[in-house]
Amino acid sequence: MTETPTPALRQIVLENGRTDSHYWRDIWSYRELFFVLAWRDIAVRYKQSALGAAWAVVRPVMAMIVFTFIFGRIANLPSVGDAPYPIMVYAGMLPWFLMSTILGDASQSLVGSANMISKIYYPRLITPAASSIVSLVDFLISFCVLLILMLIFWYPPSWHIVFLPVFVVYAVAVAFGPALYLASLNVRYRDFRFIVPFVVQLGLYVSPVGFSSDVVPDQWRLLYSLNPAVSVIDGFRWCILGGEAVIYWPGFVLGLGVTAVLMFLGLRAFRRTERSFADYI
Amino acid sequence: MTDTMISVRGLGKRYLIGHDTQRATTLREGLAQTAATLKRNLGRTLRGEQLLAGDSVEEFWALRDLEFDVKRGDIVGVVGANGAGKSTLLKVLSRITEPTEGQARITGRMASLLEVGTGFHPELTGRENIFLNGAILGMSRAEIRAKLDEIVDFSGVEKFLDTPVKRYSSGMSVRLAFSVAAHLEPEILVVDEVLAVGDAAFQRKSLGKMEQVSQEGRTVLIVSHNQGSLRNLCKTGILLQKGRLTMTGTIDEVLTCYAGDHDSNSSAITDSGRDGAAFTSLRIESPANQLRGAVCGAPCDIVLGYRTDPERVKSLSFRIGVLDAYGNRLTQLASEDFGKTYASTPTGEVRIHLDRLPLAAGRYTLNLNMRLDGNRLHHLANAAALDVEQGDYLGTGTLSGNTQVGPVIIDHSWS
Repeated sequence: MTETPTPALRQIVLENGRTDSHYWRDIWSYRELFFVLAWRDIAVRYKQSALGAAWAVVRPVMAMIVFTFIFGRIANLPSVGDAPYPIMVYAGMLPWFLMSTILGDASQSLVGSANMISKIYYPRLITPAASSIVSLVDFLISFCVLLILMLIFWYPPSWHIVFLPVFVVYAVAVAFGPALYLASLNVRYRDFRFIVPFVVQLGLYVSPVGFSSDVVPDQWRLLYSLNPAVSVIDGFRWCILGGEAVIYWPGFVLGLGVTAVLMFLGLRAFRRTERSFADYI
Repeated sequence: MTDTMISVRGLGKRYLIGHDTQRATTLREGLAQTAATLKRNLGRTLRGEQLLAGDSVEEFWALRDLEFDVKRGDIVGVVGANGAGKSTLLKVLSRITEPTEGQARITGRMASLLEVGTGFHPELTGRENIFLNGAILGMSRAEIRAKLDEIVDFSGVEKFLDTPVKRYSSGMSVRLAFSVAAHLEPEILVVDEVLAVGDAAFQRKSLGKMEQVSQEGRTVLIVSHNQGSLRNLCKTGILLQKGRLTMTGTIDEVLTCYAGDHDSNSSAITDSGRDGAAFTSLRIESPANQLRGAVCGAPCDIVLGYRTDPERVKSLSFRIGVLDAYGNRLTQLASEDFGKTYASTPTGEVRIHLDRLPLAAGRYTLNLNMRLDGNRLHHLANAAALDVEQGDYLGTGTLSGNTQVGPVIIDHSWS
C-alpha cells in the first residue's frame, strides 16, 4: 500500500466567502461521483413499483389522449400541416415532460440528499445534475413510444430529426437554470416544495403542449415566446413533424436569450449559497 | 517529512439560534403570535436571511480563535466534552461548511469519514453499495475494483453481497460500510467517532486497521470518546472546550488534562435527600489509571459522599445497586454483608474497593441506598453513571468482553 508520491500537493484554503478558483476542475474530478449518483437514482427509480419503467410511458400517453380529445376534438384546434393531432401533441409532450421532471426533481434533489450534504464534501452542483440524468432516461423511454405511434399512424419523421439531440440539450438547459435557482432556495425556504408542482401544473397549460403555437395570434406571439418552453416545443415539432412546422424565429431567439439569462441567474444563486447548504439544510 | 498538512489560523464558526421567549396561553395570543411569526418569516425571506424558530435570535460560536498545525504523519486526537465543537471542527476542515472567520490551509488529498455508510441505499445490493459509498468517499471506480476483495473480506458479508442492503441486519450493513471506509487511502483522513461499530471482534479488527493506517505515515485527525483507543492510536491531541482550543500536546497530556476538568466518573449528585440524609457525590478512583476512570479488570475504588443529620441518625449502612444500560439489575454491593456500619456525621465518605472490576466496557447506572439499622432510610435511583473502559480482565492479553457479549466477566480458566 504505497501512495504514489505527488510532486506538488494541492493546497486549498478555507475561508469565509472565498470563491474556489478550482470549482470547475473540482467538478470534473468528481465526475465519477456524478455518474455513480445518476446510476443509483436510475437503478432505484422504479424498484418496488409494479409497472416499473412503464410509468415513463403511461403518463405521457394518457396526457396525449386527454389533450387530443380536448384540444383536437372539442376545441377543434388545427394540427400542424397534415400531421395527425395525437402525434403533434405527443411531440410537444415529450420535451414538456422532460423539462417538468427536471424542474421538479432537481429542485427537490438537494433537500432529498440532505444527509450526504451534511456529512460529505463534494461540489453540490452534482446532485441536481445527476437527478436531471434520470429524467433523460424517462425521456428516452417515452421517445420509443413516439416511434411506435409514428408506425401506427404511418407518419414517418422528416430528416429534421437528426437535429433532435440539439433540442434535447436545449430542453435540459431551459429547465436546469430555474431548477438550480429553486434548489438553492428550497434549502433555506421549504415553501418552494409547494410552489414548484404548482408552477409546473400551470406551465402545462401556458405552454403549447396540447395545441400548436401557430394558434396564438401574431401580435401576442413574441410575448408568448418569453416562455422558453415555447421555443423548445416548437423546435421538437420542427424536428419530428418536418417542414410543416415552421419555427417562429424572433420568438426562438428570444427563448434562447431567456434561457441563457435564467441559466446564469440559477448558477450564480447556486454558487453563492452552495457553501452554506450544510448549515441550513 | 515535517511539512504542515493542516494549518489553522483564527478559525471561528458562528451559528444563529432562535428562541421563543413568549408562550401563548389563549387563542387570541396564539393568533397574534402566528401573525407575528408569519410577518417575521416573510421579512426574513425577503431579506434572504435564515428562517429561525422563535422571536429572539442568539449568536452562538461553535468554534472561536482556533490555531493549530498538523504535520505530515501526525495522528491527532481531538478531545472535548459534548458540544465542545469537535464535530464542527471536522465539518469545517472537510469543507462541508464554511468558517465564519479565520482560515484553514489544507495540503493534500483529504477524505472525511463523519458517519459510517453515508449515501448507502437500502434498495441496492451490498456490492452496488460498496461502489456507491466508495465514490461518495472519493475513491475512483478502478480503486474500488482493485480493493473489492479486500473490502468484502474485511466486512465478512461475502455471502450476502448480492442481497439488497435493506435485508441486512443493522450490524452487517454497518460492518460493510466501515470496511469501505477503512480502505480509503487519502493523504489526510478525518474521522469522527466511527470506530465503535459492530461487535467486539469487529471493533478489534477496526482498531487494528486504524493502527495500520497510522503506521503508513498518513495524517489523521480523529474524534473519539473512547480514551483507550485514542491513547493507542494517537501521538498528539488537542483539547476543545466550549469551542475554544485549550490545550495541545501529547495525547497523554491532553487526556489527563481533559479528565482533570471533565471526569465522567466523578460527579456531584443532586439529591434533596430525606430526613436530612442525602448523597452528595460519587467518584471512581483507579490507581492503575490516573484518569480515575473505571477499567475492566483493573482495581478501582468507588467513593461515595453523603451528609446526614447526626441528631436523628446514629449508625448507617450502604448499598449500591449496579444496573446495565437497559435498567436490569446486575449485582449489589452492600456494607451489611460485611457487618459494617458507619457512624453518622454531618458529612462523610465511604470507600468501596474492588480488586478487579468484573464489568465489560460500557455504561452502567448506579442506585444508591442508605440504611439505618437494616431499614431503608434513603434510596436514590439512577444516582450516577459508571463508564467502564475496555481492559484485560482475564490477564490473557486480549481485551475482555463487551456489553453485547454480556456485561459481566467471570474469572475462569480453560484446560
